[in-house]
Formats: sequence, structure tokens, C-alpha cells
Amino acid sequence: MPGPIDLIIWSLGTAFELLFVVCSLARKSFLRYFFLNLYLLLSTTVSIGRFFILRSYGQCSVQYMYFYYYSDALLTLALFVALISLYSHVFGELRVGDYVRWGAVFLLLGTAGFSYAVVAQSAERLSTSFAYELSQNLYFVGLVLTYILWGAVMKLRETRTRLVQIILSLGLYFSGYAASYALMNFSGEFSIIRYICPALGCFLPLSWSLTMLRYTDESRLAPASLVAVPR
Amino acid sequence: MMAALILVASLATLWMFFVSYCRSLMASSSRHPLSAEVRDVTGIRTVAAAGDYKRVMQLLQLCPDHQEGRNELQAMSIYHSFLAAARRMFAWIVPALRPWAEHEQAGCAYFAAVALDRRIAHNREMLAQQDNL
Repeated sequence: MPGPIDLIIWSLGTAFELLFVVCSLARKSFLRYFFLNLYLLLSTTVSIGRFFILRSYGQCSVQYMYFYYYSDALLTLALFVALISLYSHVFGELRVGDYVRWGAVFLLLGTAGFSYAVVAQSAERLSTSFAYELSQNLYFVGLVLTYILWGAVMKLRETRTRLVQIILSLGLYFSGYAASYALMNFSGEFSIIRYICPALGCFLPLSWSLTMLRYTDESRLAPASLVAVPR
Repeated sequence: MMAALILVASLATLWMFFVSYCRSLMASSSRHPLSAEVRDVTGIRTVAAAGDYKRVMQLLQLCPDHQEGRNELQAMSIYHSFLAAARRMFAWIVPALRPWAEHEQAGCAYFAAVALDRRIAHNREMLAQQDNL
């Protein structure tokens, strides 16, 4: 079983995920941010499922390993869809929804193809390796896409406070995740860094919930104030 | 080598998103007018100054705490410390950095003053509710 710190972070993360769904229902924004809600609902379900499998079979069991990697791939996929939905929000007024959707499908297929090509050589546990590789690559693609989206927000002078803060939180989450994975390569498994990834998992739904609570869809900010150096 | 490269790139993007996040927080609070009380107690009239931040934070610590806004205040404290350090270390090399950092620190001070305003309003509300009971 994981230690008490892991369990605390785990339960906090699950509670914050539910909090976001409750906040968007209370603020009547559930459908507007449907894919964000879907991702967090899925994440809550997966968290609960993981806990029960962990308790029944143990951390080293095959059941837990399979469930962990497949659910992780599924969650990454849901997060990718949520990110694309943010693209649709930002580019909504330009009426380029179809291009965004097709672009996302091609990117997803490309990432899946690349992941398959990487794991194809090892015949052993092909599907598990594929799920793991796809998840890793989608995270990297997610970071790049968030960066591009932020560029678009600045270029299009987006003023919707909620949308801006949701995108920024996602950017912080992705880059923090990538940094902590890279740090883990240097410091090994048993350092304090292993808590950063789950803690970031708490940060994202908490930050989204606060954004949902504090701002309405009508809240606006001056786009010029987002630029660090005035142009 | 690859891990080091990813680490540097991700830390750079993390920092970029963090700065933008703090700026978006400042931007969203900049339209909030301060109450007369907070203006009196902080000495901020319409525009805050870089030096106001410490005083406002001390006042915030005196005011009974509540969960809302605590994380944002922490983020703002990190940003303010970074600006202070950058000003101390690099302002003699890049003189333009000083007015920019001061402007940013003033934004942090105004954000903290708005947080103080909200905290006072919240506490008032709680007291009024207690009185009604």
C-alpha cells in the first residue's frame, strides 16, 4: 500500500476534482466546459477504481499494473480532448472549429503511430508498453499545444478571465509535470520529488475550481496587462 | 543529456506560465476599487507603490484568515520576491529593469490590498451573521 502522504495527496486530488464539477454545476457552466468536467469526472472514477484494485490485489499485482497503465492512457487522452476544447473556445469566434478538430485527430493519430513505432520492436507486453508510451508522448504534445494556445491567447488578445486562467493553470501543470519527470531521472525514485507529480494533480483541479468560483463568464481582463514587457 | 534539456525547457515554460499567471491575477484585481477603509489603512490612494507590499502583507497577517485567496497570495509572494531579487542583482546591468520591476511590485501590492479588502468584507459578513443568530 502507498504511504500516508501518498494517500492524503490522492484523496485531496480526488476531492478537488469533484469540487470542480460541483463548482461548474453551481455556476451553470457544466456544459460550457463539458470536456474539462468529463476529464475530471473520469479522473475521479479512475482514482476510486485504482484505490479498490490496490486494496484488493496490492500494488505489485498484475491487475493493478494493467489498470494503472490503461487508465492513465485513457486519462491522458481525455486531457488531450479537454485541451482541444479550450482551443475551440479560443478560436470559436474565428469559425475554425473544423480545422481544430481535424488537426487534433491527425495529431492524435500521429502520436499514436509514433508511440506504436517506438514499442513495436519489443513483442513482450506490447499493449501495456504502448499505453505507457502513448501517455508519455501525449503529455509532451500537451505541453507544446498549451504553449501554442497561450501564444494564440496573447496574439488574439483574449479577454475572458476564466479562459485565460484555465489555460495558464494547464500550462503550469504540464510544465511542472515535465520538469518533475526530468528531475526524477536525476534524483531517483525515493526522493521528495516523487510527491511533486501527485501534488500537481491536486493543483490543476483546485486552480480550475477557484477560477470557476471567483470569476463569471462575463469577467474580463485587459489583454495588455498579461504581457510582461509592454509593446 | 536529453533529460537535462527537457528539464531546462520545462522549467523555462513553467516560469513563463507562472509569471503570466501572476500577471493575470494582478490584471483581474486591478479593476477592483479599494474601500475607503483599506485606502486609509494602507495609504494607497489610487495607484500602489512598490514599497507598499510589505506593509499590506503585515496588515493581511493581522486580519483573521480565511481559505479563499491564500494560494494566490502565496503565488504573488513568490513573484514579488523574485522581482525584488532581480532588481537587486541586475538593475545595475540593465537600468530599464528597475522601473519595470517597481511597476510589477506595485501591482503585487495592489493585489494584496484587494485581498485585504475582501478579507475585511468577509469577516464583517461573518460578524453580522453571528449577530443575527
